[in-house]
Amino acid sequence: MQQFISEKGLVVPIDRSNIDTDQIIPKQYLKSIKRTGFGVNLFDDWRYLDPGEPGMDHSARRINPDFVLNDSKFNGATLLMARDNFGCGSSREHAPWALVEYGFRAVIAESYADIFYNNSFKNGLLPVVLAAKELEYLFDKSLGDLPLELMVDLPSQTVKGPDGFETRFEIDSFRKTCLLDGLDEIGLSLAEADGIRAYENTQRQRTPWLF
Amino acid sequence: MSGRTLYDKLWDSHLVSQRDDGSALIYIDRHLLHEVTSPQAFEGLSLAGRKPWRLDANLATVDHNVPTTNQAAGVAAISDPVSRLQISTLDDNCDELGITQFKMADLRAGIVHVIGPEQGATLPGMTVVCGDSHTATHGAFGALAHGIGTSEVEHVLATQCLVTKKMKNMLVTVTGPLGLGVTAKDVILSIIGQIGTAGGTGHAIEFAGEGIQSLSMEGRMTVCNMAIEAGAPVGLIAVDQTTIDYVEGRPFAPKNEDWLRAVEVWADLASDSKAVFDTVITIDGGLIEPQVTWGTNPEMVTGIKGAVPNPAGIVDPIQRGSIERALNYMGLKGGQSIESIQLDRVFIGSCTNSRIEDLRAAAKVVEGKRVSDSLIQAIVVPGSGLVKAQAEKEGLDQIFRAAGFEWRDPGCSMCLAMNADKLGRGEHCASTSNRNFEGRQGAGGRSHLVSPAMAAAAAIAGHFVDVREWI
Ligand code: SF4
Repeated sequence: MQQFISEKGLVVPIDRSNIDTDQIIPKQYLKSIKRTGFGVNLFDDWRYLDPGEPGMDHSARRINPDFVLNDSKFNGATLLMARDNFGCGSSREHAPWALVEYGFRAVIAESYADIFYNNSFKNGLLPVVLAAKELEYLFDKSLGDLPLELMVDLPSQTVKGPDGFETRFEIDSFRKTCLLDGLDEIGLSLAEADGIRAYENTQRQRTPWLF
Repeated sequence: MSGRTLYDKLWDSHLVSQRDDGSALIYIDRHLLHEVTSPQAFEGLSLAGRKPWRLDANLATVDHNVPTTNQAAGVAAISDPVSRLQISTLDDNCDELGITQFKMADLRAGIVHVIGPEQGATLPGMTVVCGDSHTATHGAFGALAHGIGTSEVEHVLATQCLVTKKMKNMLVTVTGPLGLGVTAKDVILSIIGQIGTAGGTGHAIEFAGEGIQSLSMEGRMTVCNMAIEAGAPVGLIAVDQTTIDYVEGRPFAPKNEDWLRAVEVWADLASDSKAVFDTVITIDGGLIEPQVTWGTNPEMVTGIKGAVPNPAGIVDPIQRGSIERALNYMGLKGGQSIESIQLDRVFIGSCTNSRIEDLRAAAKVVEGKRVSDSLIQAIVVPGSGLVKAQAEKEGLDQIFRAAGFEWRDPGCSMCLAMNADKLGRGEHCASTSNRNFEGRQGAGGRSHLVSPAMAAAAAIAGHFVDVREWI
């Protein structure tokens, strides 16, 4: 998996709760058999005014000027901020693929749906959980003419911002190590192959109908 | 010593190793695959030079993309080249590796969460995963089942295990009996309305109580299917005689000596009386009315006699904003009665409500009546080839057709509109599916989630009606 250590970047604030994976990447793009090509369709329904289909020239589509991602002051942003229950709905890993390909390295939100949270780590995308009042403060700060810049640091588990803003976030140690080292999880599990075989042998006695 | 929950028992019996960092390696008994979330996993596996750990634990089907008309013409006849390639890619991957697959137009093919239980490929006490969030469905059998991402599909193919962390335990008790005309769909929508779309995040929810136990297996699957819409990756129901009767004799179910041993082992698949849950909720099943969603996520729901909320009366600005946005998207007015919502299309199908019992319930309502002229379309999409065949044997297709419904081939269809079945911009749909997100059933489409009987009655009336007044 892709490594993540720290990221200093501009923050795109999407002030919504319950942003579901159907919004992050709409279903018509899930027909692809590849892992790439989703960035241009991130938040497709909000980002463009005309309907999109796979294979079309997306650069020729009409841009929705009211959607925050299209505001040129956020060009080059690498951090995305939202409210609670980010990534709810479908299990599609295309959602983190699209976010990463667009250029996001971390998401900051009050909470995440479980499957999205899990999928993010597999793709080097760090989902940071902050408290509602910290987000309130950061959303407030992001309303100014200049975009908000934050520093997300995984080793120290901190988010730092302007005016001395600094806070710590929680993350479990397994996921932290995997991201810091960019570990191959499958390789790691296969190192336990003997244990898996031993488990299978025991279960074959106990519940033979499962084998 | 305190007792263990059903989830604790399933977890303990599948634990391969507990790692120091809090993660665990869990063994997977059944891995279900479909065309959308698997191609990148197969590709990753082959790029790394790895082989599937255990072929016979995998079962694949095509469902999300398939057309629901003329499947008999075969994959080559699918008009959308991107869909065609995705479907043929799964066919090729399964053929090459030797994974059992029900190909399009095979009588056994259909929506992955319908065919698993139908084949007995989902059994009590199993761990079941699939690259699809509605894998929670299989928990109705007392199996530990949840959705996974594509990287995890590759991980399961390669290792037959999943790296995961134990969730918390939640108990939702629905007291009984349920009112006449109130179905499993109404129960789960009502639960989501009460606990919210994130109410179960981080939890395995066990559903219990008379309101749940009185349900058939089809109804229990409907309830567990939507656990994920309450944020819980896992929904569970204890095994009882209803479960065992359903499983017996199915193609993948144990036979003879094995069957007797299995039934004995399965008797323990219930939470101990002293089990401790992290969160406990009790819902009065007798108070549940037929439910209709009015907004853009499943917690935006109310009873058929209710009304769309008025954002003006909401104090919390974030909540008010999200209701205003939802009403704007849905083209509804605050305070408007649910019964006054006019419909353009009706969809009966999806892994939530496309089993034989769902179709029977809908057919019973429409028998001898006509779909309202104000509707553009009303379609019924059975969950599998076998459901379709059974319905035709019972003459349900004739009832639907005579009433003006289209009778289709099986698949996910208008649940997520990856094929040709979709809503047009601004159209309202009474749908028996599970997600009313913006654009879910077609860009700009407006979905209202209901039970099959409610969808059927709405198709006849052209707007929502209380199906209890029709029975
Ligand atoms: S029917 Fe709908 S929810 Fe179910 S698996 Fe298919 S697309 Fe997903």
